[in-house]
Amino acid sequence: MAQVPETKPSATLERLLPGQSPVLTPGHTLETITDKIVSIVLRRPVTLGWLGGFALFFGLMNLLLFAMAYLFFRGVGIWGINIPVGWGFAIVNFVWWVGIGHAGTLISAILLLLKQGWRNSINRFAEAMTLFAVACAGVFPLIHTGRPWLAYWLFPYPNTMGVWPQFRSPLLWDVFAVSTYATISALFWFVGLIPDLATFRDSATNPVAKTIYGLLAMGWRGSARHWKRYESAYLLLAGLATPLVLSVHTVVSFDFAVSILPGWHTTVFPPYFVAGAIYSGFAMVLVLAIPIRRFYGVQDMMTLRHLDNAAKVMLGTGLIVAYGYTMEAFYAYYSGNAYELFMFKNRLLGPMAWSYWCLILFNILIPQVLWIRKVRLNPAMLFCTSLVILLGMWLERFVIVVTSLHRDFLPSSWGMYVATRWDYAIFAGTLGLFFSAMFLFVRLMPMITIFEMRMLLPQSKLSEEVAAHD
Amino acid sequence: MTEPVAEPLLHGVIAEFVTPDGLVAACKKAHAAGYRRMDAYTPYPLEEAADAIGFEKTQVPLLTLIGGILGGLSGYLLQFWVHTMAYPINVGGRPEHSWPSFIIITFEMTILFAGITAVVGMLTLNGLPQPYHPIFNHPRFTAASRDRFFLCIEAADPKFDLDQTTQFLKATDAIDVAEVAD
Repeated sequence: MAQVPETKPSATLERLLPGQSPVLTPGHTLETITDKIVSIVLRRPVTLGWLGGFALFFGLMNLLLFAMAYLFFRGVGIWGINIPVGWGFAIVNFVWWVGIGHAGTLISAILLLLKQGWRNSINRFAEAMTLFAVACAGVFPLIHTGRPWLAYWLFPYPNTMGVWPQFRSPLLWDVFAVSTYATISALFWFVGLIPDLATFRDSATNPVAKTIYGLLAMGWRGSARHWKRYESAYLLLAGLATPLVLSVHTVVSFDFAVSILPGWHTTVFPPYFVAGAIYSGFAMVLVLAIPIRRFYGVQDMMTLRHLDNAAKVMLGTGLIVAYGYTMEAFYAYYSGNAYELFMFKNRLLGPMAWSYWCLILFNILIPQVLWIRKVRLNPAMLFCTSLVILLGMWLERFVIVVTSLHRDFLPSSWGMYVATRWDYAIFAGTLGLFFSAMFLFVRLMPMITIFEMRMLLPQSKLSEEVAAHD
Repeated sequence: MTEPVAEPLLHGVIAEFVTPDGLVAACKKAHAAGYRRMDAYTPYPLEEAADAIGFEKTQVPLLTLIGGILGGLSGYLLQFWVHTMAYPINVGGRPEHSWPSFIIITFEMTILFAGITAVVGMLTLNGLPQPYHPIFNHPRFTAASRDRFFLCIEAADPKFDLDQTTQFLKATDAIDVAEVAD
């Protein structure tokens, strides 16, 4: 029998450009990776900072519950919506939240298929972000219906009224797209968690924690046969999630583009909505990752390389979004349609012009700082740029929804839109829901995928003579 | 008169390895020696280990394909039935069977059914959730979800012989060989 050989700490597998950070800082072994991620949840005491942050966002979430209770009591008249602007904050926030979710799926599915190893440390919490963002998004169409207790009418089920949903309507496509997206994202997230939950089960000393993680791990034992089926199912899910994520924001954009309203009826909407979704999603990933890596000391697993790569994705998708804005202007001009032209002039110079110019500033001009390498490698500056982009992407949906609606075809039908305090309360409330869920997540679940981090170690690979098929 | 003492039931003999190389080499050797009822346990997916113990094909992709086809068909047929038979509505004189507007929900249902089938199929084929498995009787097995690699040759294997199999495993790179109770 062999003696226990010494485990060598890892070097790095990649060839790095000068000045580039590795994806995983050298010096780790299978053991240190496991211990580090497990200890964040199972060994670290609850800190005052965590409690304070959680209390703040939990309070905001209660504001959401309060505002929704009042909304159900009084009806949607407490919001700023009215004819002609019937789609106010509710739809703006819905589109914004769904879009944020897209980066999680992009990181976990598309980058997996493209064999981008750097995704391994950020995919888990990005997937959690997707789930929570989709949950926040789901609130809005539901409460915007005015009678949320009848929302099940949206689903096709045999009923005593003898009616069926209208499957030709983009709004119904949206129901199917978003609910499928929520289901597949939850499955993807949970399947990814199973082996790590088994690690938690085996590392937990508290019997209650051990039982709960054990139940969730479902008896996972790391069998080679299980892994083989697991990898197969995981890859298939990634392959399925990839077209799904592209379809979801496409379908959301159909809510607008299939109508005949000037400002909405444009063929460029699907691709530019998808790019915008990824743009805002990566901004949210950075807004979450930068504090997490600092407070939990995981800079060796979420390195500057991750920040740099995420910033480059933002730069790229941001340019696609800029192209979308340019094309909107071009279509308005080239259509030769008086209503299209008026809509665009009104966007630039009308009473809501402030929102359009802020949008251009936040979404196109300021993010150009990401061309500078020093900015991409500076977490504080990246954090601020990401906040600006999140605000910019919110404004984009505001411009699309509100400026297109508030000037109707007939001047006698024109109106204005002013959001009320309840609009703001519900939006702030979903931020509370999102961040309090993230706070709970980092304390209860492995926020970095342990088994995929192990695969980044050079010692996890077989040597050539053993790997050779005989 | 004394009761005959029942032999404790044996699940198999387990060997512990520190490196994936040691595990895969041992798996290949065990397969070559004719053992079939065995399993390797690793802290991360190691496809070569599954290949080495002779498990090369999974049914998950086929199941997923079937699930996807069923989902797509049910999505399309539901819309077709609703809009041409159950509840036809004339929208601007367009045909009732307006297939282009049915594509999106058909696509979403394909993905939904295929995804659920992939996950449920993987769990079912793996026999999960499984509340009890004898391998957990091995006191060192918790390391399988941490940093160690295990190979267990099960007593159910026709070639299994406690002494011979133990000797066989000791001749590999294993750092520890032990019996696992059933």
